[in-house]
Amino acid sequence: MAIKTEPITINLGPQHPSTHGVFRLRVTFDGEEILDVEPVFGYLHRGTEKLAESRSYVQVVTLTDRLDYVASMSNNLAYVRAVEKLAGIEVPERAMYLRVIAAELQRIASHMMATGFLLNDMGAFATPLMYCFRERERILDMFEMLCGARITLSYMRPGGVFQDAPDDFWAALDTFLADEPGYIGELESLITGNEVVLARTRGVGVLSDEQAVADSVTGPMLRAAGVKWDIRKADPYEVYDRLDFDVPIGASGDTFDRYLVRIQEMRESLRIIRQCVERIPEGPVRPDLPYNLRPPEGDAYAAVEGPKGELGFYLVSDRSIAPYRCKIRAPSFINLTPLKKMVVGWKMSDLIVIFGSIDVVLGEVDR
Amino acid sequence: MTRALDGRDVARRINEAHAGAAVASNDTDVWVEIGSLTDVAGFLRDTPGLDFATLTSVTAVDYVEHFELVYHLLSMRRNHSVVVKTRLFGRDEPAAPSLVEWWPGADLQEREIWDLMGIRFESHPNLKRILLWEGYPGHPLRKDYLG
Repeated sequence: MAIKTEPITINLGPQHPSTHGVFRLRVTFDGEEILDVEPVFGYLHRGTEKLAESRSYVQVVTLTDRLDYVASMSNNLAYVRAVEKLAGIEVPERAMYLRVIAAELQRIASHMMATGFLLNDMGAFATPLMYCFRERERILDMFEMLCGARITLSYMRPGGVFQDAPDDFWAALDTFLADEPGYIGELESLITGNEVVLARTRGVGVLSDEQAVADSVTGPMLRAAGVKWDIRKADPYEVYDRLDFDVPIGASGDTFDRYLVRIQEMRESLRIIRQCVERIPEGPVRPDLPYNLRPPEGDAYAAVEGPKGELGFYLVSDRSIAPYRCKIRAPSFINLTPLKKMVVGWKMSDLIVIFGSIDVVLGEVDR
Repeated sequence: MTRALDGRDVARRINEAHAGAAVASNDTDVWVEIGSLTDVAGFLRDTPGLDFATLTSVTAVDYVEHFELVYHLLSMRRNHSVVVKTRLFGRDEPAAPSLVEWWPGADLQEREIWDLMGIRFESHPNLKRILLWEGYPGHPLRKDYLG
């Protein structure tokens, strides 16, 4: 005789450690199996786009720090590139190299967080996460040398960067570049062949390449699905066209591939930084610009390959000192589009791991 | 480099397939008639050589006398992009057709536009507010919104 069961709806979050911030999911289960999931957004909505309309172009840089707050450098870069495109500002060569170094360090820091928290979500509570945080901490120390801040950096300005890197930064960067490959190898040896990790991630939460492309998914999540698309290669900005690096892709688009692509991207980032250190020329890092910019009337969209995916800013100018409209194309937000397709049919514990592998930051989802 | 297609060329091709759909264009953008938006979406996505399989971003701008919807389209296969815009007049009940059927990636973004800009997307599968709660007064990104 069959047992009569009924679906049950459970509220996950908004205060829950595995939601990586204030995110809420209404999940409907049949026993342990997920039938439906409805994400509820907005707990961290601060109206960034509206706030930007009443701040000058330079002041908006500080707002971008608070979007994806574990990757402020990338946010700064995407925004200032949009302003430069809108206003037609030339960037000195040294500043472009400094920006690429900063953005790639930020990518490593962000991927460290993603990897550490993914293990946290799998139940390896806190210990592996702290290994990742140890390395991220060294990057934050270097950011502190660059601009005096560790999280809300505001290092970049329309036209360049806030200041040139001090001598102690270059010394710290050399040590970091020497140590880090060994460290990433050590981290990988703990995880990649680990039986528990493989059992929990292989074939779990598969996102196909077609689905990823149709759902506007970008970043490591898209590449894990086997699509070789990276804005640094496809539409090179700053000095990426002069640098030699590979774009790692996954084979099956499962949770394991999303993890592995991030590990490989960290290695590529180190390669990029090494080339930048060798080639960076002397020179100014910021042109002399008026504090209040008044770009010509019109609009501009500029995007960078952030750690989470395509981070773009769409700016409209009406010749005043503040943007008329500042739209943020946030990868964390749009990458959640296929969430339901990825988790239906899996179990509660898989939901946590699949969600963790998408790597969202709620500051950017809710803006 | 991602090639930004010339809006005038794209407008000409759209008008060859759907006469009168593209109403204006310049070197970067194409403006289409709101009534033809779904035809144009299907045309841009499915025409060989265009292959715009991805909707990178969709947003709205309030120009007070009208709203403008801005679609950034991308073809990863051909590495080219185009910007499609459409205008909506009237502030009371502006509505546009939903493009979720053509590009599922529009789902959350169209909900965000409804929430913050107050533009309805007809036939959207789940048009609810997303960042603010149901019952929130007004749509904050409109220029006449007073917090």
